[in-house]
Amino acid sequence: MHTPETTATVGVGDRDRLLGWLMLSPALLYILALVGLPFVLAIALSMTSATVGDPSIHGFVGLQNFVHVMHGSAFALALRNSVIVTVATLFFTLVLATGESELLARDFRGKWLIQILLILPWAMPVSLAGVDWLWLLDSEFSPVDWLLRQVNLLGPGTPLGPANHLYYYGKEWLGLGSIVTINVWRLLPLATLIVLAGRTSIPQDIYEQAQVDGAGFFRTLFRITVPALLPILMVAGMFTALLVFGDMTVTALTTRGGPGYATQSLPYWAFLKGIEGGALSEGAAVALFMFPLLLAGAVLALRIAYRAESQGDRP
Amino acid sequence: MTRVLRRLGFYLALLLFTLFAVFPIVWMIITTFKQDGDLYDIANNPFLYNLPPTLKHVTFLFTDTNFPKFLWNSVYIGVIVVIITLLLSVPAAYSLSRLVGSWGERSGVALFLVYLIPPTLLFIPLYQIVTFLHTSNTVWSLVLVYPTITVPFCTWLLLGFFKSMPRELEEAALIDGCSRWQAFVRVALPLSMPGIATCIVFAFALSLSDYIYATVFVSSAASRTLSAGVPSELIRGDIYFWQSLMAAAAIVTIPLAVAYGLLFDRLVKGFQTGSTGGGDAA
Repeated sequence: MHTPETTATVGVGDRDRLLGWLMLSPALLYILALVGLPFVLAIALSMTSATVGDPSIHGFVGLQNFVHVMHGSAFALALRNSVIVTVATLFFTLVLATGESELLARDFRGKWLIQILLILPWAMPVSLAGVDWLWLLDSEFSPVDWLLRQVNLLGPGTPLGPANHLYYYGKEWLGLGSIVTINVWRLLPLATLIVLAGRTSIPQDIYEQAQVDGAGFFRTLFRITVPALLPILMVAGMFTALLVFGDMTVTALTTRGGPGYATQSLPYWAFLKGIEGGALSEGAAVALFMFPLLLAGAVLALRIAYRAESQGDRP
Repeated sequence: MTRVLRRLGFYLALLLFTLFAVFPIVWMIITTFKQDGDLYDIANNPFLYNLPPTLKHVTFLFTDTNFPKFLWNSVYIGVIVVIITLLLSVPAAYSLSRLVGSWGERSGVALFLVYLIPPTLLFIPLYQIVTFLHTSNTVWSLVLVYPTITVPFCTWLLLGFFKSMPRELEEAALIDGCSRWQAFVRVALPLSMPGIATCIVFAFALSLSDYIYATVFVSSAASRTLSAGVPSELIRGDIYFWQSLMAAAAIVTIPLAVAYGLLFDRLVKGFQTGSTGGGDAA
């Protein structure tokens, strides 16, 4: 412990710090160049009159683009739907992930096969999942409609009738419900992985003690598992929320925002305006509306996670 | 009695979760092998083969579409992105956990801030950057931007890994006369292999899954990826090549699901250290 090199390891020595910055800088520079710079560019762009035809950043128009997009009829619906879809997906995903991880924390025969089947939705690229669900809930050939007709829930003279089809993507609330279902379906495996990681680090003897004390399944779940899982549920929730809120793929491939603007979302509206419609600056303005909402959500989640952790729920 | 009920409840719940996960996939696989006359007859039971199954639409996918090209592009981009991601995030995570002091240890939050800027917020300015660099319409535009998704995530995951690793191991190596760099390469790196494996899986999955960049930056079919290419090639206006679409989705999904499923426990471990590490930093 007396050579210069080893004293350097006790604190952080100058040479270590230099090496540290050398090792950090490639990633840092990359992120600054391709996340930081575009973010600033997005803000700059949103205050100009740039279009696909004339993409240069001049012609400063201040907040005019923001005011303009906010007055469009699509914007309010897109904002509302983005929030509704994210909150609903978050709720169902976290509840189901807690349940699913509770099952997978146990050992049973054929578990490896079940794990493959349960992770299937997450293995599928989002756009292909969108196409799969587009066909699954097809207006004419949906097998879900067929099953409902077989059990006399759909069709003339039935509770969901009189039509023979539900037209999932052609109606406002059914469309939003379908989008939520698809998002829960595709993100549940990831959320379960994360929650399971937290679940398996809860010491087993707490459960044995609970069993000795005669606590039932639900009592154990709500008194021990959920409080101990709170920090990791926040992590899982944050990933889920970011992946839903920032996603346009599911909407783009299923409802396409319709009917009218009834199932429009902020990211897809930004895409339609900025790229398809050619109004780059207005698209950037719509996309920027996502940021304060994401920031608020993240701050909230981090606070809850931090509080739960500092209260010492974890041994 | 309660024991039997509990077991029953357990398997019932497991069955429901599995059904929810596989139902759309089963439908996809059934569709793949259906003849047109069978598929588009509303009177048929859609889950059965009312006419003999056919491989016609799978063959069509490989011989009459750009699907093989998309498959190749996706794998090619995925592999390069994985390599770039590891080269950037492994040293960065080690540096943050060990070398740059207390500031670095709190960087879990900073990494999360990068996630708060999703691709749908960045695609318009990035489109301009990609055009400016003359890479639009090539696979290189995607190779350039995909690490913006993978690097923050993998750095965060690895940060947790390195933090959970006892410092004494590297310090022993330093006492034995290794330099810090050698301690990193010979001691820390081999121990972080499970974390690196998780990163490889996630980086590949994330780059495969992207739709928005692939759609906006690349418009020529020859450079498209699976995510963007399959829907645009097999949905032509009002005509949907359903069987081929489902075949494409199945061919991509099933091998990946088997790989992820077999790596399941390892992925959970990756999140265990990763996420609690991120949580501490919060």
